[in-house]
Amino acid sequence: MSRLRTCFGHLHSEGRKALIPYIMTGDPHPDVTVPLMHAMVKAGADIIELGAPFSDPMADGPVIQAAAERALTFNITLDDVFQAVSEFRKLDDSTPIVMMGYLNLIEVAGYINFARRAAEAGIDGVITVDMPPEEADEYVAALRANRIDPVFLIAPTSTEQRIVKIGSVASGFVYYVSLKGVTGASHIDADSVREKIETIRKKIDLPIGVGFGISDAQSAARISACSDAVVVGSAIVKRMAAHQKHNPEQTQRVINDVSELLHSMRVAMDAKPAEEMTKTA
Amino acid sequence: MPMANAKQIVDYDAMPDERGHFGIYGGRFVSETLMQALDELRDAYREFCRDKDFQAQFDADLAYYVGRPSPLYYAERLSKSLGGAQIFLKREDLNHTGAHKVNNTIGQALLARAMGKNRVIAETGAGQHGVASATVAARFGMECVVYMGAEDIERQAPNVYRMKLLGAEVVPVTSGSRTLKDALNEAMRDWVTNVDDTFYIIGTVAGPHPYPQMVRDFQSVIGREARSQILDMTGRLPDALVACVGGGSNAIGLFHPFLGDESVAMYGVEAAGEGLDTGQHAAPLCAGQPGVLHGNRTYLMEDKGGQIIETHSVSAGLDYPGVGPEHSWLKDIGRVTYTSITDDEALRAFHQLTRIEGIIPALESSHAVAFAVKKAATMSPEQSLIINLSGRGDKDINTIARIEGIQL
Repeated sequence: MSRLRTCFGHLHSEGRKALIPYIMTGDPHPDVTVPLMHAMVKAGADIIELGAPFSDPMADGPVIQAAAERALTFNITLDDVFQAVSEFRKLDDSTPIVMMGYLNLIEVAGYINFARRAAEAGIDGVITVDMPPEEADEYVAALRANRIDPVFLIAPTSTEQRIVKIGSVASGFVYYVSLKGVTGASHIDADSVREKIETIRKKIDLPIGVGFGISDAQSAARISACSDAVVVGSAIVKRMAAHQKHNPEQTQRVINDVSELLHSMRVAMDAKPAEEMTKTA
Repeated sequence: MPMANAKQIVDYDAMPDERGHFGIYGGRFVSETLMQALDELRDAYREFCRDKDFQAQFDADLAYYVGRPSPLYYAERLSKSLGGAQIFLKREDLNHTGAHKVNNTIGQALLARAMGKNRVIAETGAGQHGVASATVAARFGMECVVYMGAEDIERQAPNVYRMKLLGAEVVPVTSGSRTLKDALNEAMRDWVTNVDDTFYIIGTVAGPHPYPQMVRDFQSVIGREARSQILDMTGRLPDALVACVGGGSNAIGLFHPFLGDESVAMYGVEAAGEGLDTGQHAAPLCAGQPGVLHGNRTYLMEDKGGQIIETHSVSAGLDYPGVGPEHSWLKDIGRVTYTSITDDEALRAFHQLTRIEGIIPALESSHAVAFAVKKAATMSPEQSLIINLSGRGDKDINTIARIEGIQL
C-alpha cells in the first residue's frame, strides 16, 4: 500500500486531519532541507510537500518565487531533490513525500526516467502545477508504473465535468486550490471552500487537501474541519526568507521558527470540534 | 509511383488538432484555475469564426482603423544594389501603431468585448504589443494593464510613454531576467487572479491553446494580402519569404497562407545576439531543445536540468527563450528553414535599408532584412523574395544611438 494511502488511513481512523507543510528544496540553504524535514515531522507534519525550484514559476506568488530564486543560486536540480529525499528516508520510512514543481523539469528528464528515479529516492506523489489531466496520459502512466501517486489540483473555476475528469486520473489525494490566484494570497473564505469540497466529495473518492491562503493556526483549524488535509506553503517559506545567513545557529533558528508554526497548527487542528462546531452552526 | 507517394501531403489548415497540438508541440500546460477560462475562450473564438457580423467588424477595423491592406513595396534600389532576386517589402510598419501587432490586438479586443470582459492585460517586450493593446483598449473603453520587464522599460522608454498616454497602466516586472518571459509570467499571475473579468491579450503565436491558432489566424491577413499582391505585381508566386522570429507571430502571419505552395521557400530568422556559439542569443529553434513553458510545448532555451536560460538580443521583441509551437512543428517537418542573424548583422541591415530605401526598420525586422539581403544575392534577378517588414524603427533610435555612442 502506498505511504499516502496508509497515512490518510491512519489519520481517518483517528479522526484527525493531515498537516502538509511545503518547503523548497535548497532554501534557504541546501544543508537545511533534510534536518528541517525531520523537524517538521516532529512538530506535527503528516506529509511533506517538497518543491523543486523552476526558473519561471508562473503559478506562484512573490514568496515562493523568491524561494525558487534562492534555491537556484545553489543550482538545485531534480538530482538534488532526489538526494534530499533519499537522505530523509534513511531515518524516516513512513512519512509520505510529495514533490511539487513545474513540468519542464520532468519533460527534460523524460517521464519514465523521472518516475523511476523519484520512486527509487522514496517520493510518493508528484504535483505538477502546469500539467492538466488532458495532457497527462503518458505522465500518469509513467508515475503509476512506479507506484507514485499523481496528485492533481482542483480550482474554484473547475466545473463538475472537470472535477470528474481529474478524479479519473488522480490518486493519493486531490489538492483544492482555495482561491483564484497565486500562492501566498492572504485571504481564504472558509464557507466557499466548504461548499466546493462538498461538490468535490460527490465526484471524487479520494482525500481532499486544501491549500493557498492558509497562514496560521486559526485558518488551518477552520479549513481542516471541512477537508482531509491542509497545505501550508508561503507562511513557512516566509520564515526562511528571514534567515539568509548560513551557520549552524541560523539553521537551528529556521527549524525552531517553522516547528513553532506547525506545532501551533497541529494543536489547533487536533483541538477541534467543540469550538469550531458552534462557530459554524 | 513511389516518388509521388514518398512526399506526404500535409493539410496545414487542419492544424492544430482539437486540443491545440501541432504534432507533439502546442497543447495546454497551465494551472487548473485557467483551464475553464481557456475552454470559454476556445468556444468564443469558434463562435467568432462562424459569425459573419463579427468577421465583417474585424475586416472593417483592419481597413479603416489599422489602414489595411498594407502595401507590398518593390525595393528596387536595394534589389539592384545586390544584383540578385527582386526584393519586396510587406509594409506592416505602415499599420496604425507601427507594427503588425495591432492586427491581433483588434481581433482579441473584439473577442474580449463579445465575452463581456472589460479589463484587458498584456505582456510586452519591445513595447509594440503593449502599445497595440493599449490602443485598442482606449478605443473600446477598456481598462488595460501592461506587464513589461524592468530592463525592457529602460530600453524602450518612448513606447512606455505611449502606453501611458493611451491610458494603460504599465507594471514593471523585476523578477527573473526582467524581460519578456518574466512579463509573461506576471501576466499569467494576474490572469489567474482576475480570471472572471479579465481577458489576456497574448501578443504572439505562443501560449496555451487556442492562442497560437487564434493569433495566427488574426495575423494571416499579412500573408493573404501579400500573396494576392505579389501575383498582381509579378504574375507569379514569390520564390522565398523571409521574416524574423521571436515568438513568431509576424512570421506565421506571412507564411501560413503560402504553406501549401510548395515552390515557395520560407526562412524564419532568429536572433543570434552575439553569436550562437557565445550562448548570448535568443534562438531556440536554431540552438534549443523542446520543453514546456508558458502553456505550450515548444523549442526553448533551457539548461540540461530544464531551467530556462536568459536570452540576449539587441532587439527587445526577439529577446524571448521560447517560440510559437507551430514554428517548432514546421521546423521538424522541414517546411520552413530557421536561421539566425547576429546583433551586428541586424544593425548593418538597419542602416542599409534606411539609407538605400528611406525606410527605417524596427530592429526586429532588421534581422529579416539582414538575412534576406544575403539570400537575395545568391538568387537570380528573375526570382523574387518577400521580406515581412514587421515594424518601423522609430522606437529603436535611442538604442541605436547608444550603441553607436551618439548623444541625442
